[in-house]
Amino acid sequence: MSDISSTFPADRGPSQALVFHETKDLHPENGTLLGFWVYLMSDCLVFACLFAAYGVLGREYAGGPTGMEVLEIPTVALNTTLLLLSSITYGFAVLEMQRDRQNPMLVWLVITGLLGAGFLTIELREFAHLIAEGNGPQRSAFLSSFFTLVGTHGLHVTCGILWMIVLIVQVLKKGLITANKRRLMCLSMFWHFLDVVWVGVFSFVYLMGVLP
Amino acid sequence: MSAHPDLAKLIFGRLTLDSLPLHEPIVVITFIGVAIGALAVLGAITYFKLWGYLWREWFTSIDHKKIGIMYMVLGFVMLLRGFADAIMMRAQQAVAFNGSTGYLPPEHYDQIFTAHGVIMIFFVAMPMVTGLMNFVMPLQIGARDVAFPFLNNFSFWMTVAGAMLVMASLFIGEFARTGWLAYPPLSDIASSPDAGVDYYIWALQIAGVGTLLSGINLLVTIVKMRAPGMTMMKMPVFTWTALCTNVLIVAAFPVLTAVLAMLALDRYVGTNFFTTELGGNAMMYVNLIWIWGHPEVYILVLPVFGIYSEVTATFSRKPLFGYASMVYATVVITVLSYLVWLHHFFTMGSGASVNSFFGITTMIISIPTGAKIFNWLFTMYRGRVVFDLPMMWTVAFMITFVIGGMTGVLLAVPPADFSLHNSLFLIAHFHNVIIGGVLFGLFAGIYYWFPKAFGFRLDPFWGKCAFWFWVTGFYFAFMPLYVLGLMGVTRRLNHFSDPSLQIWFQIAAFGAFLILLGIISMLIQIGVSILRREQLRDVTGDPWDGRTLEWSTSSPPPPYNFAFTPRVHDHDAWWMMKKHQYQRPIGGFLPIHMPLNTSTGIILGGLSFVFGFAMIWYMWLVAALSFAALLIVAIAHTFNYHRDYYLPAEEVSRVEALRTELLARHV
Repeated sequence: MSDISSTFPADRGPSQALVFHETKDLHPENGTLLGFWVYLMSDCLVFACLFAAYGVLGREYAGGPTGMEVLEIPTVALNTTLLLLSSITYGFAVLEMQRDRQNPMLVWLVITGLLGAGFLTIELREFAHLIAEGNGPQRSAFLSSFFTLVGTHGLHVTCGILWMIVLIVQVLKKGLITANKRRLMCLSMFWHFLDVVWVGVFSFVYLMGVLP
Repeated sequence: MSAHPDLAKLIFGRLTLDSLPLHEPIVVITFIGVAIGALAVLGAITYFKLWGYLWREWFTSIDHKKIGIMYMVLGFVMLLRGFADAIMMRAQQAVAFNGSTGYLPPEHYDQIFTAHGVIMIFFVAMPMVTGLMNFVMPLQIGARDVAFPFLNNFSFWMTVAGAMLVMASLFIGEFARTGWLAYPPLSDIASSPDAGVDYYIWALQIAGVGTLLSGINLLVTIVKMRAPGMTMMKMPVFTWTALCTNVLIVAAFPVLTAVLAMLALDRYVGTNFFTTELGGNAMMYVNLIWIWGHPEVYILVLPVFGIYSEVTATFSRKPLFGYASMVYATVVITVLSYLVWLHHFFTMGSGASVNSFFGITTMIISIPTGAKIFNWLFTMYRGRVVFDLPMMWTVAFMITFVIGGMTGVLLAVPPADFSLHNSLFLIAHFHNVIIGGVLFGLFAGIYYWFPKAFGFRLDPFWGKCAFWFWVTGFYFAFMPLYVLGLMGVTRRLNHFSDPSLQIWFQIAAFGAFLILLGIISMLIQIGVSILRREQLRDVTGDPWDGRTLEWSTSSPPPPYNFAFTPRVHDHDAWWMMKKHQYQRPIGGFLPIHMPLNTSTGIILGGLSFVFGFAMIWYMWLVAALSFAALLIVAIAHTFNYHRDYYLPAEEVSRVEALRTELLARHV
């Protein structure tokens, strides 16, 4: 690259005319889905840190209860089922969206939201139960990291449900227009992402937590 | 108020009149100065009836160029504050000898060095880097705006909200006294019960939202919105470094968010992440914060490497030497920056194997960085180098940064680090790379792109004064710290007992004074340049005979940047267009799709400030209300589907005709 002229393809011949601007209206591809995906990956890193914190502190009971004593696998299994089902129902909603069938889409969305709400209710009951027994997040580093990891996931589910309600209203107002479809796809990614994170929480916190 | 103590507590939380630092004369005098200055500025804006203009054309603007400029203004204002802290510290350390404890009491001094670090990194370097990327990158890739224009405006106002919280801590309550990374257990509620650390947490969390979103935004912009023909290996180097920096932002800032959230939980809820009891582990904080902190260093320096690459090529009148190696070096640094964090605490005692691993990865980073230095040198070699201001800063950088880099490699040797850890040698090292690397580069970038942003150059005489004061001031201020560090003086000391050290601190203080003159020269330079703008006017849009696409449009660029989207055939796209006698199109304009301004960003930023302030002072009612308001405003914004419009072809024609006429008059 000592001489700039040699790097220019046009120098093969002066007759070859190069076009240096577009004369037509040019729209770049919409970047929302990519942007939202990148956001999800950054959110994934927040969870990674909380998982790491749980990995470091998860056995620091400080004389308090251990995972085996406080974690109830049957309840959490039910909860996991609800959340996994809600991912399937969201999938059905997206299928209906792609067929432009607004009402079936909304029905599946409502079912998804209700399953999410069921998940949250059971989780909050578990939290309330733990705190009532004096095993709140202040009790030990194990419980601090447990409550924060599981609670952050729960907070995300709450946001997802709120977002779902807003989107249902918006679809009712505007119909399945392009902007709303894009938003439904973003929420879909968000919802499935929460499912994936929950699989990690269930395996790493609950299943491994009850091991001696 | 005393009649209803519960009501007062509900509204004001722990904020009382005693929180105002009325007993500290330095703070009171500063406050009076700031208040007079602020009143003068606000009064002038009101007198000249500029509020409407500012609101319509700037605050609510979603134009990436204006947002970029606002970021730069924020960074420069905060530089003044951060430098005021610096010169106070230098003055304190220069006089606090022979039994004197200086003029700053320890609890005030501790706040100053904490605020200095936080401000310089988060609210000077970050806004300036983000601002330059915002302004330049879309122009370089031939785009008309960023991928998410509203998000861009919102990100900026979140950064402002964070900066305002730090400024508020000066006059209401106090700032953290923990050092700029707020290590626990010192930052735990037991050791720091006052509002200082809470200011720190909320300022960084709120500004962090802005940084993360702007990182995603610029990343998507580069991936999706490049002009046709601009493949990855034809992107300008600054765009490449911006891409890597935004990848780093997206991959590093969530860690900061998470670790500060855990610290906040420890302080607010009473969890035990980093406490010294009930199983908490303070070293986990140090690990996590440096997993963010080390990439952060590269977030700052990579775009600046891009600036040097653009400047060196332009002012040597040659294409950049080794474009591909420059790109690969940038990518390698991006990856390696995640594998070195532990070198910030070799003394933690992780054992020889772990320390060796991190020592070696740290030293490896110097290889791609060294490759870059050679690329710049070979670009200059046999070039017709023009020593305008941007090039002067670039040369100063190359010399200074190499010194800083070598002391860095020295610190990367774990046994050496054991004796230099936390010493002034370390302070000298990182100021050497951050001032000599990041700040010099930002100045080079400001001088380089200022004519593009405003249509006139900055005055070279005062620029040269600023340059020489800054560069000599830097050497006077920080070389003595290397000496002191080797003698074993540790950082953050308030006063000294060994009189033989004083001379070095006095030299350092003299250096800080020279830097002060440099900053004053810069302020004069801006004023003089505005007065002389007709003589300094750039009518061509290409004052430096540039190489990349931003120089193909007018200075300042029209709101739509390019009347027609450029088509790219090689890197140095504009240089190639000039070589081919490219003729600007003067007809056939089409309507241009543009985003509409919105005030949602500034409203959300303001509400975030209120929310952060309420959380800091335990005003739970205000916090709940402002949080609810945040949610409502954000959701209401999503109900607005009308976000864009078409700029009519006649308007494009009119703007372009004006430029044609201007160019014809100055041929």
